[in-house]
Amino acid sequence: MNKKRSQHMSLTKLALMKFKANRMAMVCVFILGLFYLSAIAADFLTPYSYDNEDRNYSYCPPTAIHIFDHNGRLSWPFVYGRDITFNDMHRRVYITDMTKRYPIKFLAPGDTYKILGIIPSSIRLFTVDAPGRLYLWGADSRGRDLFSRIIYGGRISLSIGVIGVMISFSIGLLVGGIAGYYGGKVDDILMRVCEMFMMVPGFYLLLALRAIVPPEFNSVQVFISIVVILAFIGWAGLARVIRGMCLSLREREFVLAAKTMGLSDLSIIVRHILPHTLSYSLIAIMLSIPSYIIFESALSLFGLGIQDPYASWGNLLSEAMGIVQIGFSPWILLPGVFIFMTVMCFNVIGDALRDCLDPKLQLEKNKA
Amino acid sequence: MTVNIMLKYIFKRLIVVIPLLLAMSLLTFVFMQKTTGSFYDSLRMDPLISQETIDRYVQLYQLDRPLLYQYGHWVVNLFRLELGYSFYYNIPVVNVIKGRLWNTFILSLASLIVTWGLAIPLGVWAALHRNRWIDRCIQMFSYIALSTPSFFLAILLLYAASRTGWLPLGGMHSVHYEQLSFMGKTVDLLQHLAIPAVCLSFASIGSLQRIMRGNMLEVLGQQYVLTARAKGLPENRVVYGHVLRNAINPLITLLGYSFSSLLSGAALLEIICGWPGLGSLMLTAVRSKDIYLVMASFMMGGVLFLIGNLLADILLARADPRIRYE
Amino acid sequence: MVLAIEKLSVSLRNNDQKIVDAIDLNIEPGQIVGLVGGSGSGKTTTGLSILRLLPDSMHISSGRIIFNGKDLLTYSPGQMRSIRGSQISMIFQDPLNAFNPVFTIGYQIDEVLKFHVDIAASKRTRRTLELLGMVGISDPPRVYRSYPHQLSGGMRQRAMIAQAIAAEPKMVIADEPTSNLDVTIQAKIINIFEDLRSQLGLSFLLITHDLGLVEYLADHIYIMRQGKIVESGQPKSILHAPQHTYTLELINAIKG
Repeated sequence: MNKKRSQHMSLTKLALMKFKANRMAMVCVFILGLFYLSAIAADFLTPYSYDNEDRNYSYCPPTAIHIFDHNGRLSWPFVYGRDITFNDMHRRVYITDMTKRYPIKFLAPGDTYKILGIIPSSIRLFTVDAPGRLYLWGADSRGRDLFSRIIYGGRISLSIGVIGVMISFSIGLLVGGIAGYYGGKVDDILMRVCEMFMMVPGFYLLLALRAIVPPEFNSVQVFISIVVILAFIGWAGLARVIRGMCLSLREREFVLAAKTMGLSDLSIIVRHILPHTLSYSLIAIMLSIPSYIIFESALSLFGLGIQDPYASWGNLLSEAMGIVQIGFSPWILLPGVFIFMTVMCFNVIGDALRDCLDPKLQLEKNKA
Repeated sequence: MTVNIMLKYIFKRLIVVIPLLLAMSLLTFVFMQKTTGSFYDSLRMDPLISQETIDRYVQLYQLDRPLLYQYGHWVVNLFRLELGYSFYYNIPVVNVIKGRLWNTFILSLASLIVTWGLAIPLGVWAALHRNRWIDRCIQMFSYIALSTPSFFLAILLLYAASRTGWLPLGGMHSVHYEQLSFMGKTVDLLQHLAIPAVCLSFASIGSLQRIMRGNMLEVLGQQYVLTARAKGLPENRVVYGHVLRNAINPLITLLGYSFSSLLSGAALLEIICGWPGLGSLMLTAVRSKDIYLVMASFMMGGVLFLIGNLLADILLARADPRIRYE
Repeated sequence: MVLAIEKLSVSLRNNDQKIVDAIDLNIEPGQIVGLVGGSGSGKTTTGLSILRLLPDSMHISSGRIIFNGKDLLTYSPGQMRSIRGSQISMIFQDPLNAFNPVFTIGYQIDEVLKFHVDIAASKRTRRTLELLGMVGISDPPRVYRSYPHQLSGGMRQRAMIAQAIAAEPKMVIADEPTSNLDVTIQAKIINIFEDLRSQLGLSFLLITHDLGLVEYLADHIYIMRQGKIVESGQPKSILHAPQHTYTLELINAIKG
């Protein structure tokens, strides 16, 4: 690209182009997009609801989808039935019963749900008729479809990260902005408070705060409490970063200009200074979301987070805690793989953003 | 570094931390009592406990007085190093905590050794062979490492251990621990320490390695490295004597800040691997609403953290003369 | 002849752009030779080439550097290391950044002795203190124990010089030795150079943009511009009767 064109493009556009050129980052954006979209459309995409159980099929292995029937002829995709017997050690054994065939039905009625929580529907992308069961990724201890539960679980695991960060960030933005702008005593006090929050080991604080949540709370309230607790732990780090940026920014000319126009302090902070912190903020957000996801997963793992029957990747993983079962049903490890992939994607994107926005930040510094 | 400066510094730190710990403990105390009902009530309702025992408890802990008074009583006792009584374990809190504290310390220390022992050499290696394939491999590894949730890794490793029998499946001592020789005891401890320590370190190795590599590259571009070469010093001395020495300094600051996440992560792994430390104690205490135990573990966590930070600050002052003589 | 540079060319690796273009330069024993030019003239690169300390982005494309009758460009890395600091040493413009901030001055000078001079470990400290005294430092033990950031600019530069002469080299390359210093300190450093030349018979390659400095100190000057030597001769004759327009510009820039 010749020099003239690049000079005319705004810095944001330049940064975006550089980001798009980073293949690894774009792949991660795609993956995350896939995860979030499937979480939103979970009701439609999954064959079963998250609480649809059939204890006869406890830990049933994945059911293969066949397109060739036993004569070798092409046919509509179907699954075979499963028969249950017990072996000498009284363990369940599943034997495929080739006599029973259940065709896969697309856009067929299945478990009911409510679109946007209001409009009832029961159309699912693909499912099978009872008594056949479609287990794409195997079943858990209660015979619930792991594939469905993982997709539904994404709703909680993915949203907690984003919502938690949003709250932390808002608090951090306000506190950091005020501290950075006024400086002096205000800054000192606010930073002491920040330090205090940063100092306590996160997990201990998490446990202590979780203990405070009353046991009578229903699941929604527990969810909100967890989000609030996570935000409570995380805001301090962001506040410090913002404050650092504000401190350096307030010396710049445009702040002086705004002052001479008689704008109130709060107005200056919100409308002039904070937008400049956007790039750093974005990077900080991207890189913080993973720890929220991990904290929630850890809580749910110990039964202190999201409870049954609701699914979150953390509490799905708790099935794997009884190590022995992994040998017989390795698919219970899948939720962990999803957590890993999500964290990795956020890390890669955060890093890529940092690489792209850095020259922009350098230029901004030089402008001053 | 003179004793005076050190004392002043410790004092400054304490001023910040002590009010925090007190505030947090007060909050915990009040909330736990309010939401779970006072322990006094649950005592009275338990038919198995005799009236004399109840009276004794009431007397010991002023259970019939208002909450704030109870809290104040607790704080006063704190300074006398009396941490109260654990209702769950039926022994004074101090006895419960003592052993656990030490175990968490061992785990944290082991993790630190593993983390630094691997991350530093990897970072140096990657920097010295910049952009060659070994560097790229290490970078890829680091990315994966720092994205792996420690609990997931723990589950995988515990599973591998269960299949191969190479390492024990959690806990801290084998059943026959007491009958082992000193050597045997050490080996046994290390075997039990292996999985939690590795899981705790894995993610940190990834992130620390990247930072080390970045620092090395930055220092390698400095003027004094050119001087060292111009002096005709052997390359080894230039890299390990001059470059490494400077590249490590910023990491020591990081060490201080990483203590809280180290303790936090350790708690998580203690619970999964059944390592009897402060973190798993805290979980049990929270689950059983054993209030004094919760408070004490919480405070202990804060104290451990404080000590760690102080040590890191002292280390940094020794390592970087620019800070020492400010 | 201490050093003879013959048709030396240094270029960038990826596009063969010439930073130094076929220059010739001679230094006699006990001579102070000035290499003068503006920024980007290639003078620092020339200095670094002698010790083969060029950054990875550059390489020596042709020429010879004769020292002690041998071409330095044929030396192995190990052989070069034995030359650096012991036969030819270098001092740099910014002594604060040129010293390692985490070691004391004494430690860093001791290093040169340790690796290049056959002297008992117990006697090393004494020798370093001697060297510090030689460059006009009044309290050698204090400076020995100090860290670079604790000393003034002038002290640091003296210490840098002490470090450079520690192994009694034949030649010292001085890259902008006085540019970062106050005028009064500059004078003192200049005196040190003169003393060292007369006491130890050292040769100097003085790389600088400061014509005034070379006018005073140098026995012979080379003027460099865009990688080429455009003039060479005695300071007095060059400065009073410059042949090349560039030299004229330089002179006018200073006077004006």
